[in-house]
Amino acid sequence: MYYSTAGGDVKAVDGLDFDVQQGEVLGIVGESGCGKSSLATTLIKLLPKNGTIKEGKIVIDGEDLTTMKDADVRRKVRWTKIAMVPQGAMNALNPVFRVGDQISEAITVHTDVSKSDAKRRTEELFKLVGVDPSRYRHYPHEFSGGMKQRAMIAMSLALSPKILVADEPTTALDVIVQAGIIRLLLALRNDFGTAIILISHDLALVAQMSDKTAIMYAGKFVEYGTSKEVYGSALHPYTLGLLGAFADIRKPKEIPVSVPGAPPDLINPPLGCRFNPRCPYAEDICRTKEPELLEAAKDHLVACHFWREIRAKRGGQP
Amino acid sequence: MPLLEGDQSQARWAALSSSDEGILIVDHLTKLFAIRRTFAQSLGRGVPGRVHAVDDVSFKVRRGEIFGLAGESGSGKTTILRTALMLTPPTSGSIKYKGEEITKLSKSQLKKYRTKMQVVFQDPYESVNPRMSVFEIVAEGLFVNKLVSSRGEAIERVTKALQEVQIIPPEEYLYRYPHELSGGQRQRVAIARALVLDPELIFADEPVSMLDVSIRAEVINVFLAIRKKRGISIVMVTHDLALSKDMVDELAIMYLGKIVETGPAQAVVSTPYHPYTHALVAAVPIPDPEAPKVRVLAKGEIPTNISPPPGCRFHPRCPFAQAVCAETEPPLQEVAPGRQVACHFWKDAHAAFSKGLDGPVVGYAAR
Repeated sequence: MYYSTAGGDVKAVDGLDFDVQQGEVLGIVGESGCGKSSLATTLIKLLPKNGTIKEGKIVIDGEDLTTMKDADVRRKVRWTKIAMVPQGAMNALNPVFRVGDQISEAITVHTDVSKSDAKRRTEELFKLVGVDPSRYRHYPHEFSGGMKQRAMIAMSLALSPKILVADEPTTALDVIVQAGIIRLLLALRNDFGTAIILISHDLALVAQMSDKTAIMYAGKFVEYGTSKEVYGSALHPYTLGLLGAFADIRKPKEIPVSVPGAPPDLINPPLGCRFNPRCPYAEDICRTKEPELLEAAKDHLVACHFWREIRAKRGGQP
Repeated sequence: MPLLEGDQSQARWAALSSSDEGILIVDHLTKLFAIRRTFAQSLGRGVPGRVHAVDDVSFKVRRGEIFGLAGESGSGKTTILRTALMLTPPTSGSIKYKGEEITKLSKSQLKKYRTKMQVVFQDPYESVNPRMSVFEIVAEGLFVNKLVSSRGEAIERVTKALQEVQIIPPEEYLYRYPHELSGGQRQRVAIARALVLDPELIFADEPVSMLDVSIRAEVINVFLAIRKKRGISIVMVTHDLALSKDMVDELAIMYLGKIVETGPAQAVVSTPYHPYTHALVAAVPIPDPEAPKVRVLAKGEIPTNISPPPGCRFHPRCPFAQAVCAETEPPLQEVAPGRQVACHFWKDAHAAFSKGLDGPVVGYAAR
């Protein structure tokens, strides 16, 4: 998926392949500007005017969204098959309408149920996400941050989607509230088999929730596999850098190390491997030839020319 | 590779500061905010409430120490920072800076302290003026306080400050604008703006929470380096306990305007005594898919501090609470060397934590 701009095409999402099964959580980790939120809007086909899907397919239950008409996507797919909890969901509620009504409206617009049925469904959803149904008639300002986030999750669940795309679902929330949201999302997965695509810059959050993890850099996956493999036997220098930059509360005092440099310009990404200007292992080949995403182990793909050397050097140590 | 050999420098600072009376001493600080009267109240029905933002808080920041204030939003962390800087006067209590009471000083008398106590704000995208160049941003304080006599002198000092925050080579950045900088660079420019005035104390309000994880370390390392090189004291407001453990020497955990636990940061985070600290630690996700999942050990959410709960303010959410907690407020008292906690049942909470249990409501989940 590219954005066309006056300066050229922004290659925000560039050749990604992945799949999510029912009841599975896929985590997508990356820095700001790596294209992870663009991926989210692409998946639900809510692209801005200058965004186009150049190539590829998005197949849900055997149907390809990319070839489907927008009206059909709206009627048959969005909300019922795939729904999104948007980033900054706390500000996504309209401040002048009652929270309950906003959710009921989403239901009545997309289905032909009566208003009272929609209200009943909304109250069920409130209960499901841990908000007291008596708050149906409250306005967003009467909700705390965590409750607003729960209400947004309730709204995204309104038509029982099979896939939930959660874009930074806990940013701006306090840690205890965040823990509550993590448990809620995991419970939804366990109880209803909802598949979740979790998009975040927070490695720890993704580690807590996801079965599979993809590390995204400059519009591409650089490492992808089961979370156990990606975290436990990371092979890509960028993944290793991120893990080193992250404070771990269990470990003794240790100053995190940053990944030097900044993410590249996606209009003119670096030649060869897009991470090469920031990579401590980069050699000439990295500046000319783009590494393919190859299988390094079972359920573990990595896109780096030197993954074998890195594995040998690390001697299997995490 | 860690830039600082943690243990060594820590020991050095401990030795330096143990004999020290403290650069900043906050004693029984209280800050209440009045709420506007409602129409009914103006007719004499009921009394307008007051927000107990900070309630009887005492702490001491030693020279060269990084002092951390941690807690959820609404716990009063930022209000402490604003009152300690006298940006808003306290309702009662004392704030001593190097032995001098600053709460009684007039605006003009305060001015001489302004350069010595500096702030670094949370969001570098908002705290630096997008229409000023890096030089103008950093030099502004020098000109305002008439600390330099010529532009050449200003350039010299700004260059030095930029170098110290690893904006290298500084000459190349002097006339750049904030939009040409990354988030980490902007925050380091904000630190340079504080540093250029030769402060003795820097208040940092969540200085890395808006930054990408991959570049947080560069800002953290700058703070650690200036502390080491210049012996500047830093008061850090944060909600990130994992980060506090790595960066902070002395940590105070706040809840609804009160300090509930203090001690060396690593000790507080690895063996919390207060049930609230316990709940905070259990809620921090660990970057390892094999590690235990986060747990929610406090019921509900932080209440409003307009009329805080009687007794211990945490009791409505606390899994260890008993009748006494709703009646008597537990004092903050020393329970182990260097460790203070305000809880009637800290021994129970501590024992439960050591055994890896969640307290009486085992496995309580938010649902």
